Amino acid sequence: MHIPLDLLVGALVAGLLLGGFYAAVTVGVSISFGILDIVNIAHPAFIILGSYVAYIFNAQFGLDPILVSVLALPAFYALGALVYQVYYQSFEKRGQDALRGLAFFFGLLFITEVALNLYFGVDYRYVEASYLGPTLHFGMIDLPLRLLVPCMISLVLLAALQIFLSRTFTGRAIMAVSQDQLALQLMAANPVRIKRIAFAISIATCSLAGACLIIIQPVEPSVGREYIGRIFAICVLGGLGSLPGTLIGAMLLGLMESITSTFYGPSWAPAVAFGFLLLTLAFRPAGILGR
Amino acid sequence: MTDLLEIGGLSKRFGGFVALDGIDLAVKKGERLGLIGPNGSGKSTLVNCICGTLHNEAGSVKFDGKSLAGMTAHQRTRLGLARSFQLPRPFMSLSVADNLRVPLLYTVHAREGRKFTHAEMEDHCGEFLRLVGLADKAKKLPRDLSMVEMRKLELARAMAAEPKLLIADEAMAGLSHVEVDDILALLVRLNERGITIILIEHIMRAVMAFSQRVAVLVSGKKIADGGPQEVMRNPEVERAYLGQ
Amino acid sequence: MRTSAFLLVMAAVAAAVFAAGHFLGSDYFFFAGYTVLQFVVLATAWNILGGYTGYVNFGTAAFFAMGAYATVAIYKLYPLPIPVLILIGGVVSGIAGFGMGYLTLRLRGAFFSIATLALAVVLQTLVVNWRFVGGSRGAYIIGPATVPILGNYIEYLFLIMLTLAVLAITAARAIERSQLGYGFATIRDDEVAAEASGVPTLRLKLIATTISGALMGMAGAPFPYYIGYVEPASTFGLAYAVNSIAMPMIGGTTSWAGPLIGAILLGIVQQVATVTISSAVNLLIVGVLMVAFVIIAPKGIIGFFQDRWRAGSGG
Repeated sequence: MHIPLDLLVGALVAGLLLGGFYAAVTVGVSISFGILDIVNIAHPAFIILGSYVAYIFNAQFGLDPILVSVLALPAFYALGALVYQVYYQSFEKRGQDALRGLAFFFGLLFITEVALNLYFGVDYRYVEASYLGPTLHFGMIDLPLRLLVPCMISLVLLAALQIFLSRTFTGRAIMAVSQDQLALQLMAANPVRIKRIAFAISIATCSLAGACLIIIQPVEPSVGREYIGRIFAICVLGGLGSLPGTLIGAMLLGLMESITSTFYGPSWAPAVAFGFLLLTLAFRPAGILGR
Repeated sequence: MTDLLEIGGLSKRFGGFVALDGIDLAVKKGERLGLIGPNGSGKSTLVNCICGTLHNEAGSVKFDGKSLAGMTAHQRTRLGLARSFQLPRPFMSLSVADNLRVPLLYTVHAREGRKFTHAEMEDHCGEFLRLVGLADKAKKLPRDLSMVEMRKLELARAMAAEPKLLIADEAMAGLSHVEVDDILALLVRLNERGITIILIEHIMRAVMAFSQRVAVLVSGKKIADGGPQEVMRNPEVERAYLGQ
Repeated sequence: MRTSAFLLVMAAVAAAVFAAGHFLGSDYFFFAGYTVLQFVVLATAWNILGGYTGYVNFGTAAFFAMGAYATVAIYKLYPLPIPVLILIGGVVSGIAGFGMGYLTLRLRGAFFSIATLALAVVLQTLVVNWRFVGGSRGAYIIGPATVPILGNYIEYLFLIMLTLAVLAITAARAIERSQLGYGFATIRDDEVAAEASGVPTLRLKLIATTISGALMGMAGAPFPYYIGYVEPASTFGLAYAVNSIAMPMIGGTTSWAGPLIGAILLGIVQQVATVTISSAVNLLIVGVLMVAFVIIAPKGIIGFFQDRWRAGSGG
């Protein structure tokens, strides 16, 4: 088969940009699932919520979706803290988090989707911004701003979180929660508080990721479900709880999907994530970077 | 006497941490072995590697002449290797009697010619419960038991699998003087029936009274192995373990 | 009670329900009843894996749709009688359940759940791209208007689903009281301790995913004949997953009666809500009820009464 070079380069570039965006979508789950061991399958629902917040303020007041998402960070942080508090009181504390905790998050996913559906209907919503149309050209390489901007935001977000987790006291305490309860006690940190902060941060990322999502594609309430497979595929692929791993996993999946949809058609793309997830689980459960 | 359990060069690491470093240990048929060592010395890791809960990277474990390599935990249990857990892990949704029924159904039944009728099953459960003094709690759920009773249930469940080798992992922690003596007497009775026993314990009085031989683990290495008195006189053991 | 005796009792109850419906002579009764019974089967099937072993399957829709689409595919080739289609649907979804389990069950339970969630999305992708069964446009299935003896076709479908429900419940109860049931409970409670007691946990989990998947496929097989028009968006709807989880959670997950009670309660509530309010609102009700129950009454209705009974008898 002869593959035109420009098509291939285009697919690769689009894949990398898409992968960058996927990292933003996944980083929250890398924290909640990878570090805290909380299987928050409702994460995509919070991202969709972020998209709708960006949409509402963009449509009503013409505000820039990214500006809106930054301003909404505290609200999402508070929402995350609240959800964790309920989760902790109802499941973690009673030591029955597995079965019912999953049902709880599944319920949240479902309720959010149905509620958005009732209020906004199933129409696709989108935002307006100056950077949605233009594309930068560098020789063979096309960089549509619509993909480049979310990718950049995502990289900034990941870098900021990585610095936070490795350099600050709270960040280190969060990393310690997963590995070493004793060290945590020596640091005189309250594990529940640390976990609440970490979970709240993971939900706060949904605000940014949601804005990125609605910049990239129009959104309707059930779009989130397509991301469940992607998010967890990336998470597992990159090795749980590692942010650099998340980025690499996201880029890989972005590339695979982009190549699939360029050469086989976009309706096959969702199957790629799942196939990747299953293969990784079956053969390399510690992730590509895991030992 | 022949060796029932032969461990050769067994190593286990967690990431960069070496939990077990080339352990050699043999246990003879019918023997009572005490395994001691400070906290974090690798005793429970060793038990987990023997029983198949963890997989060792290097070394071999042979039981009754067969290599256990690649065998799952339940296959090892069926071969005749039973263990109690350091922190009791009862089946919380099953009654005390039903907890014992599980090894009977899944281990003893899996052996040649050992199918029980319903009545025989009841008898067996009742016998083990009487043995550990839990007969009046048969219908209770584990959450209604005290810590001591949970430890007894833990032991009874391991016994119910009718093992050739029983590994009791700190079955006596937190028990009173009298209760320790009760459990010791019970273990000795089991041993007299021909069951080989490895006792992992912090209570030195119990270890000295029970063991025919004592092995000492420190930081994942076996530093001594011999008669109880002899091991206690070993200066290395004194320094590493008792001298602290 | 022995399983055979229980089956007789259930069959008698089912016969009474059917006779009552027949006497009533209302098509709506059979039409609504079919949906409730379908949920009884799905909830019971889900509970055999979820309630008994503690592994959460989010892919009910996928297993259900596999049964339904097996029927559509066969309909296009050569229409077979529904009981045969049910068997085929069961085999297809049973194999899928086994495969999912085989790939993910050696890992922590969460991975299995995530994989099942993704399975629904991917199967939907496959079906959307599969022209033979109608792709995203869907396919029409036309059943006969009447059948011999019973006459009314919807009565025939109702009877089939009723039989399936009786069999599913009897199977669930038999499993609960068998050696398998004890094994499942130990997996739910503590897998490491289960292995140490000789329980082959992986094999048991595979048995559970296979039985559970097969029953879901069997529930899906007659669906195209019931609904007349099958398209991916609704057949793979999240509503199946939510309902089949919510019903056991509300009824109680540790015994066969829990999913039955939950399915009948929620099924009827939804039928009423769909008629009186709207179908979107009734889904919201299900979601809210499920979250409320897992937080407030984690053992469901059965557990609530069991605890009272235990406290009352001083035992």
